Amino acid sequence: MNPHRRSIFVKTMTFLVYSFLYLPIFVLIIYSFNSSKTNILFEGVISKFGDLQIVDGNVLQSPCGPFHWFCELAKNKEVRSAAGNTLEIAFISTISSTIIGTLAALALSRYNFKLKPFSEMSLYIPIVIPEIVMGIGILTFFSQVFNYLNSLIGLQGDARLGLGLFTVIVSHIAFSVPFVVLVVRARLQGMDQSYEEAAMDLGANELTTFFRVTLPMLLPGVLSGGLMAFTLSLDDFVITFFTNGPGSTTLPIYVFGLLRKIITPQVNALSTIWIMVVFTVVLLLQWLQNRESSHK
Amino acid sequence: MSDFAVELRDVVKSFQTPEGGWINAVDHVDMKINNGEFFSLLGSSGCGKTTSLRMMAGFEWPTEGEVFIAGQPQGKKPPFQRPVNTVFQSYALFQHMTVHQNVAFGLEMEKVPSKQITERVGKALEMVKLSGMDKRYPKQLSGGQQQRIALARALVKLPSVLLLDEPLGALDLKLRKEMQLELKSLQREVGITFVFVTHDQEEALTMSDRIAVMSHGKVLQVGPPIEIYERPNCKFVADFIGDTNFFEGVVTGIDDKKVTAHIPLLNSTLVGMNTGGVRLNDKVVISVRPEKIRLTETCVLTYNCFEVNVKSSAYIGSDTRLEVESERQRIKIWEQNHISTLDPRAYHQGEVKAFATILPENALVLPAE
Repeated sequence: MNPHRRSIFVKTMTFLVYSFLYLPIFVLIIYSFNSSKTNILFEGVISKFGDLQIVDGNVLQSPCGPFHWFCELAKNKEVRSAAGNTLEIAFISTISSTIIGTLAALALSRYNFKLKPFSEMSLYIPIVIPEIVMGIGILTFFSQVFNYLNSLIGLQGDARLGLGLFTVIVSHIAFSVPFVVLVVRARLQGMDQSYEEAAMDLGANELTTFFRVTLPMLLPGVLSGGLMAFTLSLDDFVITFFTNGPGSTTLPIYVFGLLRKIITPQVNALSTIWIMVVFTVVLLLQWLQNRESSHK
Repeated sequence: MSDFAVELRDVVKSFQTPEGGWINAVDHVDMKINNGEFFSLLGSSGCGKTTSLRMMAGFEWPTEGEVFIAGQPQGKKPPFQRPVNTVFQSYALFQHMTVHQNVAFGLEMEKVPSKQITERVGKALEMVKLSGMDKRYPKQLSGGQQQRIALARALVKLPSVLLLDEPLGALDLKLRKEMQLELKSLQREVGITFVFVTHDQEEALTMSDRIAVMSHGKVLQVGPPIEIYERPNCKFVADFIGDTNFFEGVVTGIDDKKVTAHIPLLNSTLVGMNTGGVRLNDKVVISVRPEKIRLTETCVLTYNCFEVNVKSSAYIGSDTRLEVESERQRIKIWEQNHISTLDPRAYHQGEVKAFATILPENALVLPAE
């Protein structure tokens, strides 16, 4: 039998898999250009630029043309603040978890210490336990600690410590670190220890060795670990849902809130932008990994 | 200056096995390496040669005993405080740095002024015949060139001892032979003590001033190549270095120079050199190198001469390698083909009978283990 022959079955399956994966996304993107306000029926693309003209709930003409919902979105203060929060959380948690994760990966693969088996286990548990369990756990932890601190210092009213940006950032760091460790460790395992030994042999102490040899050689791993942490933070819903507070609403939380009211094509426009951002990050990640493998 | 470049005094290195037990990778080793010497640590994998080298470099610390470099006890000094440099088996060139940056790295760590660095790096690259390659990256170089860069990177620091961990292992045979000679002449040129780890006996014999043969964490024999090959002090060394025949027997007569042993498989006695360490009635092995046995039409000696049947012979150009049998003893004999003829009988082809003579000075009597 010719191994290159593509059977009808394989073709059908391939078509179905890709349809399930990408058709919803495709439809979602198309709907962000919908002229209907309701997002139930597709009533055509807003084709004309000009002053806003609405007939029977259908947008016929807009200053932004087909990008009407994107413009509406840009005017939406809540969306802007949620996007700002999301990015702030993503940046701070990515940088922190990348540093912590890289150091942890180094400790686990280059040093021996008493609690190593325990540290290894405990690092990987957040990857396997359900996110909702972790969310509840973190929420319980924060409320206990804040209650204790509030009564200890005697804080009153608005001065009381509570959930907010800080708690979201801390929880995002907590669930990103294991992923960074995983990626960086894989890179470290493939990196012969003799490079570090050579550096020390040539007179570099541990710190110089780290910055001049280990880190530069590890950089592709560290960067892909960081990008992973970034995408994880960007679209996290469950844990953020438990740990956010007033003023720290993120985009996923905001969208979820919208869904319970009216779904306007604004949500689609938002999702479209979002998909583009994540898609770019994933492409960047791929490119980094390809470059790394072609360098070996 | 101290008498010895490196000295290991009763050094033990224990490692924990995965099963939780302890194993001595290096087991009470004493070793004295002279200044300016090309010294090889030879043994099969797991014999402790690399661990010994790593203890000199400071990558491992002895469990017991002390490593001295230039007379100074090293204790638990880290590698960056020791006056030694290492050439790694994998070369360990920094992939993200150019050749120049690689070689300059060690000098930068010493805070040598940049003008001098450029000068010294240039000289080091010239020494390994790679001038003009300084802007390349290691990946753009061949295996042999990378090897030279690794050498230059270590030598540019002018260490008192250069440690080499099987540096030629990754090269192909022809290049390896070239590099052996080059390394040897380089060592003479710079006059730095080289400690060279290898599992390749031919490599060790070619390059070394002295060789230490190691097995199971212990040093069995230390000596110049000739001594190691011609006067192995035990069965393991005789077996490990080169090829040899072992005749197992029991001592029946002994004087200062000679030992007579009864060899049951030969159904006869064999006279060999007394190398010390054996007594009357001891079980012994007599080691005879295959190239030192003479095959003749008639006996040349009144003793140590055995009628043999040629079982097989392989003509390999310079030599003919024969498998012969006398009584129940199998013997390997290598005859040099020093006359040129097309007559197959000259090469003992086919089933022929002949006499094998072993001169007593070519038969080393060693204790059976």
